[in-house]
Amino acid sequence: MNGIDAAIPVAGESTLNRWTDERVASGRRWRNRLMAGFMGAALAVSVSVVGLILLYVVKAGLGAMSWEFLTQPPPYSYRLEGGGFVNGLIGTAIMLVFATVVSAPMGVMAAVYLAEYGGKGTLAKLIRFFSDVMTGVPSVFVGLFVYTALVTSFGFGASMGAIALTIIMLPIIIRSSEEMLRLVPRDLKDASHALGASKSQTIVRVVLPSAAPGISTGVMLAVARAAGETAPLILTILGAQAIVTKLWDEAIAALPLQIFDGARNPFAAGVERAWAGALELVVIVLAFTLLARLLASRSRI
Amino acid sequence: MVAAGSAVADDVLLKRPAADLLGARPLPPGLHPPSSLGDPRMPEVEPQEVERPGRSEQEIVFSLANLGVTYGKSLALTGVTMDIYKHQITAIIGPSGCGKSTLIRCLNRMNDLIPGAAVTGSAFYHGEDLYGPRVDPVVVRRHIGMVFQRPNPFPKSIYDNVAFGPRINGFKGDLDELVERCLRQAALWDEVKNSLRKSALALSGGQQQRLCIARAIAVEPDVILMDEPASALDPISTTKIEDLMQELKEHYSIVIVTHNMQQAARMSDKTAFLYTEVDQGTSERWGILVEYDATGVMFTKPCDKRTEDYISGRFG
Repeated sequence: MNGIDAAIPVAGESTLNRWTDERVASGRRWRNRLMAGFMGAALAVSVSVVGLILLYVVKAGLGAMSWEFLTQPPPYSYRLEGGGFVNGLIGTAIMLVFATVVSAPMGVMAAVYLAEYGGKGTLAKLIRFFSDVMTGVPSVFVGLFVYTALVTSFGFGASMGAIALTIIMLPIIIRSSEEMLRLVPRDLKDASHALGASKSQTIVRVVLPSAAPGISTGVMLAVARAAGETAPLILTILGAQAIVTKLWDEAIAALPLQIFDGARNPFAAGVERAWAGALELVVIVLAFTLLARLLASRSRI
Repeated sequence: MVAAGSAVADDVLLKRPAADLLGARPLPPGLHPPSSLGDPRMPEVEPQEVERPGRSEQEIVFSLANLGVTYGKSLALTGVTMDIYKHQITAIIGPSGCGKSTLIRCLNRMNDLIPGAAVTGSAFYHGEDLYGPRVDPVVVRRHIGMVFQRPNPFPKSIYDNVAFGPRINGFKGDLDELVERCLRQAALWDEVKNSLRKSALALSGGQQQRLCIARAIAVEPDVILMDEPASALDPISTTKIEDLMQELKEHYSIVIVTHNMQQAARMSDKTAFLYTEVDQGTSERWGILVEYDATGVMFTKPCDKRTEDYISGRFG
């Protein structure tokens, strides 16, 4: 028995009276319970909204979900049953691949500049400010911008949609990557410099590998965000009923756009397909988010 | 200062490719016997095979004159004048905030990495101005290695940690052999030889610090700077590091910052005592070099009252 245990009297109720003032303690206990109750309720409300959405999408989407839905383009008319959104899936995949291939390296390089070179300089401040503004810009503005600047001259097409998605993804990747690069401990950079590594060698061999899991998480979250964007696509790719693989000057479909079109038509078959498309999109976004969480948990810094 | 430059070519720190630089550098006679096995640039491991004619002549490695450092507008260290000798352990002691780390970071230009840091006075390395206009700090750090207070292995495998320096410097020889030799020199080989591919972060603190020493000697430096290398370690690990340093000083010149006066007394050949001066008006503080002498003298017959008070524990 150690000293502290020995100092406490063994008797049950008298112990409590000796160490606590009953009135104060009960008042605090009640306040504690009340606040814990509020927080629990707030949590329940926010989680149940997400839960209900998922539940409803799954319930309504499973009706039209089938192998045919995943592999076939939609029928000619919204009235007809059967068919699917494979053309939208292909369009979304094309645009996401192009947008990621452009925005990920560009965003990471900008983040390296901000974290390692720019510091508190004017240019760095400017880039940070505009990145923050860009994350807040409604995505339909991005669509309008690409429409007036490019689509009016070059026509609708996958490349136009990819440009719009790139503009949406870039600031997300820049800011999240910068945060991750700043988390790399100074100790590690010092160790690298002390071994005679130049600044660029330190960045390439120590800083970027250490921050890689975190950077990938940011990229995945940006992809998930872009996958669900609808408004900018209306103005840049227009949508199509057939499978299109041309990147240039031909309207192409995308999953969110097909959901939008399907949901606002008055025919049951079209609405059914929209629900199944919503389920498909939710699963895709969820997969990217989970992948992001998985990569984040592997982070070693 | 002029005589010190004789053993090493004056242009060792100029901006040239590392491989060329290391190869072209005429090494002091004792450091690398011409009959050395394998890579001729490597120091020989067995101490009995090494002759050190330069040692008794007390060749100067660093020659500091009126060295000072400012961070922004605040003075951190001023008026340090001292010579640091080859193949000796030079200890820097003093209370917290007296500029010990600042001083040691001047010697391999690590202070360049801190925004706003400026160095005044002069620091000569083998007779060459470390802060000269044509000197590349990256090349300086390839010659003057550093071990830090907290063990800071990279989040890579044990092998990759040791191989990091040689790889960035374009090492062309047998990397496996080099890694083994460095780990042996750092007295870590027997503990890790079966787990070279495991993460360095899985090692204990003492092992991590010895790994950092192995990593530092893998680039074959001339000098190793140690900034309180044992302050985050338990006594057993500390003893291992200290034993290791006694072996390493056969091949390298070592400068060590330490809080621990017993440690300085036990293992160093020369000791420098830094102390904080305070401006009564502005209450700004900066470090000065109070006394620098052979360790035996410093700990038995110090000249300065402040040194005596500090080492005898009668402080303030």
